[in-house]
Amino acid sequence: MTFLRKILGRRQPPARSKDQWGDRGRGLLVFDHTSEVIRAESCLRKEGFQIRIKGPPPGLSTGCDMVIEFPLIQELAVRRALAEAKINLKSVVAVEGPLLEPVSLIRVKDFGDYVMVRAANMKLTVDKRDGLIVNVSGGGCPDVPYLADALVGKRLCEAPEPRSLGHTLCGYALQMAFEEVTRLCPG
Amino acid sequence: MVGTVPDEDFPLVEGPCRMTDSGLVVSQYTLKVARGTPALLAAACLTARVMGIQNPRALLAGDIGVGHGSSRIYEYLSRSLEALSPRGITFHYIQPDLDWHNRILLKMEELSTRPMLVADAGYMYVAKMSGYASSYDLFTPDVGEMAFLADDKAPHPFYTRGFLTQEEDQIPQLIQRAHKTGGSAQHLLVKGRCDHIAAGGRIVEIICDPCVEAMEPIGGTGDTLTGLVTGLLAANLPLLDSCLKAARANRLMGALASPTPASSVKELLRFLPRALEDLLRGEGWEAERQC
Repeated sequence: MTFLRKILGRRQPPARSKDQWGDRGRGLLVFDHTSEVIRAESCLRKEGFQIRIKGPPPGLSTGCDMVIEFPLIQELAVRRALAEAKINLKSVVAVEGPLLEPVSLIRVKDFGDYVMVRAANMKLTVDKRDGLIVNVSGGGCPDVPYLADALVGKRLCEAPEPRSLGHTLCGYALQMAFEEVTRLCPG
Repeated sequence: MVGTVPDEDFPLVEGPCRMTDSGLVVSQYTLKVARGTPALLAAACLTARVMGIQNPRALLAGDIGVGHGSSRIYEYLSRSLEALSPRGITFHYIQPDLDWHNRILLKMEELSTRPMLVADAGYMYVAKMSGYASSYDLFTPDVGEMAFLADDKAPHPFYTRGFLTQEEDQIPQLIQRAHKTGGSAQHLLVKGRCDHIAAGGRIVEIICDPCVEAMEPIGGTGDTLTGLVTGLLAANLPLLDSCLKAARANRLMGALASPTPASSVKELLRFLPRALEDLLRGEGWEAERQC
């Protein structure tokens, strides 16, 4: 019995905090373009994977990008899902420290007949009376003017979701504003 | 002025730009002015006309966020900077790319006369991220972007940490912090309900009047401000004076247009020449509604 306890005891992992274990079990999916991250996020969420959008660690960051954090144990299944969706994965790396979180605070400003929603550096303004998107402002990445052209003048119910056309973090932030304003002005 | 237009097929174009009855013309192309770099160019051209100087030059490429047009711009600039020998450059909607940014900055440092450098939008993001923000003469952020400049860890406004409040009353602290942590250009023109002008981390001017609330949601009103500054700098006005006049003229343009949140920047731009002329004559803005 003592012998058995010794063997089992040796097999037990040393005491670690939950975070340390969590770090050791997380991986990052790295892509060449933010548009691929956006597509991969949609695909993996649809497949039921527990994933999170994060800022890349400094060594991986090129300027306007994000990565997907996922449980490393699911790497094979994740790779398979991405391959089936024909999404090009650049690499998988293990998480080695804390990562930057996307902005989560969304601000709403009331202009009477209009409501403006700001997410990170992007603002989306809608006519409350008919759900017409009247303006898109803020941002700095080149897909912002492109997205604005696609959205302004359309009703929320008929406008394309920014994530379906966007390629950058600004496009991603605009999606957050779009979701909030859709929640505020349903129908 | 260096930036992109939201059309994938638009080629790399470099040349003088001008405002005509049919719109903004660069080389043989007529551009729609809705927001972004075309709004910046339109404001700078109108300013140049009022100031009686030559039209500014533009370097443009089509980019819808994939970065191909931005790459062509970076590549062209790195090859042609010496031949162009600009007196000043305003960088605008360009896909942030750290490696290219640093190469361009190095090229600029090698020029016999270093150009005055203004950065807004995506290029301001990458300039800050590079750690060389102080090499720039002027950044023109809004309050959200100001919080990003003050966050020494964030590579993009999307990752600005929550403890840096993006509220207008925090602007003085954000300016100080950005200066201290190396995220600020030598001068800042922070666009907001009140515009803040700062030099070396200290606020030198706050402009609140006229206050036109509806300008905030209108896409392109920040771009017109940067365009005004660019035009005034091209007319050899000192930097702080250019910021001050640009902030006042942009606000006056808004007041003259009486916009709603559904207005377009194109509607506002019609009033830019009158706003600037009124301002330069020392008229107009003092009489407007106070915030």
